[in-house]
Amino acid sequence: MTDILRPSRLLALALAGIAALSAPALRAEPLRITIDQGDIQPLPFAAPTFLSQGGDVAQAITDVVIADLQGTGLFAQIAPAAYISQVSDFDAPVAYADWKAINAQALITGRVIQQGDQISVAFRLFDVFADAPLGDGMQFKGATGDWRRIAHKVADQIYSRITGEKPYFDSRVVFVSESGPKDARKKQLAIMDYDGANVGFLTDASSIVLAPRFSSKGDRILYTSFETGFPRIREMTLATGKSRALADLEGNMTFAPRFSPDGDTVAFSLEQNGNTDIFSMSLSSGQVQQLTNAPSIETSPSFSPDGSQIAFESDRSGGQQIYVMPASGGEGTRISAGDGRYSTPVWSPRGDYIAFTKQNGGRFYIGVMRTDGSEERLLTSSYLDEGPTWAPNGRVIMFTRESPGAAGSAQLFSVDISGRALHPVPTQGAASDPAWGPLLP
Amino acid sequence: MQKISTIVLFVAALATAACNNPNRNGMGGAGGAGGMGGAGAIGSASDPNSPAYFSQTLGDMVHFVVDQSTLTPEAQAILTKQAAWLVQHPNYTAIVQGHADEQGTREYNLALGARRAESAKQFLIANGVSGTRLKTISYGKEQPIALCSDESCFQQNRRAKTALQLGGGV
Repeated sequence: MTDILRPSRLLALALAGIAALSAPALRAEPLRITIDQGDIQPLPFAAPTFLSQGGDVAQAITDVVIADLQGTGLFAQIAPAAYISQVSDFDAPVAYADWKAINAQALITGRVIQQGDQISVAFRLFDVFADAPLGDGMQFKGATGDWRRIAHKVADQIYSRITGEKPYFDSRVVFVSESGPKDARKKQLAIMDYDGANVGFLTDASSIVLAPRFSSKGDRILYTSFETGFPRIREMTLATGKSRALADLEGNMTFAPRFSPDGDTVAFSLEQNGNTDIFSMSLSSGQVQQLTNAPSIETSPSFSPDGSQIAFESDRSGGQQIYVMPASGGEGTRISAGDGRYSTPVWSPRGDYIAFTKQNGGRFYIGVMRTDGSEERLLTSSYLDEGPTWAPNGRVIMFTRESPGAAGSAQLFSVDISGRALHPVPTQGAASDPAWGPLLP
Repeated sequence: MQKISTIVLFVAALATAACNNPNRNGMGGAGGAGGMGGAGAIGSASDPNSPAYFSQTLGDMVHFVVDQSTLTPEAQAILTKQAAWLVQHPNYTAIVQGHADEQGTREYNLALGARRAESAKQFLIANGVSGTRLKTISYGKEQPIALCSDESCFQQNRRAKTALQLGGGV
């Protein structure tokens, strides 16, 4: 029996603002964190438990907001025991001096109103040392059962206002859930919130499944399945949970699929007589085009965000290296230049970096480089790290880390593009091959 | 001015649908059927006409150097015997299963396993086995048989296994 968890459909309505008090104040440096390679002291913030009017999810929502922010490594919560002020009225003026005294740079207040199966969550963000709110207060309404998503929306707003980056907490990840011993591993497709909550299974464990990939709209996934006995690409529509085989071509194996940004083309690898090349297929017309033609292994294609180019890996030089070619195919230009083997290139949704797996000296690394191969930076290192996927804002990467030995197992990890905030993503069992979906509406 | 704007979330009911996966093992269609499970019971390893003789006495597995699909002299010797047996037993077909060790990325290892399976298949063809009786499949690094994480296990996992199937047409 399999549960299919469908993505929630959300419509966002912006309503007229509610006027409130508090005059803007000036200060030299606005509250702002810039995500770069420099040393960053996490920004201390206070977040008193959101006020609750009916219902019992206010504490849980506050906890998720705090966990989202702290998980970035950019924010550090001040222990509530240190708070001088208590917030007992969401609309009362803020006692800035009390928050300055404990060095809270940011203050987050919130209020949760629950009526039956509906909740309304309002929050305000304050720049304490400027004696001023940072942006407008906002209110999110939805089903009580969606309280985690609403909490992520609140945290996304706070993250974006302070970092200037696009949000990413309210997003989902498809991955391969693993069970059983190493020599009899069971694998099934699963989907979860970015933080590991709300897991649902998309396939049962009867066939090996590998490397799912999200469409940019988040409505479909591509993956490789051994359902027929041979590895074949399948496309699943998440709303129905139904899947179909793609590209039934002459050859033994299709794998490594990836959607184009517009979702209409799939680039993938096709193996024929032992040789693997990259092809593309139009989902609307079914037309197939061969993009590479070499006796070497060409695989793991990934489109640039504008759809004009494809990064891929090839061992034509003797070992795996990363190349970029036009989306219509061609020889490609090698961009990776360091020691070791480079593989699984994935173009950032922002277009500024390509994430990759590197093997060198018996270890695996996740790294990023500019799209011309410059500024290579390794973010992680272990016995086996592989398969990066980008958060929708292009500032965080999730990947698979596998531990060695007979009892070794795979786990999902997350790291930001400066190499900070490396942490495991909690999943119930072993997990691999994450693919991060878009920000939910 | 401090404004509050409101965003309303309408959430569709979560629906469930039966999984449309057939109740089939991952190795089912090709790999499993090609395994020694049923066929091995036909005869013992001392019966030269038995699949058990093929797998155990001749050896159904060949091994490869790291990141290579070139056949070593040892591999060629085993495949030569496999080919002779297959020529003498035309009622069997075979699926050559290619595998890689865990020291590689998942998709590359699928391609590498395919290369290894093809390399073994071509050697069998060159030694008289009709190509129509042979198929290949790659499992990449998905099905290790030795579980430690050092070379003693890796070398066992870098393999191509010739799995017999009774009957024509693979």
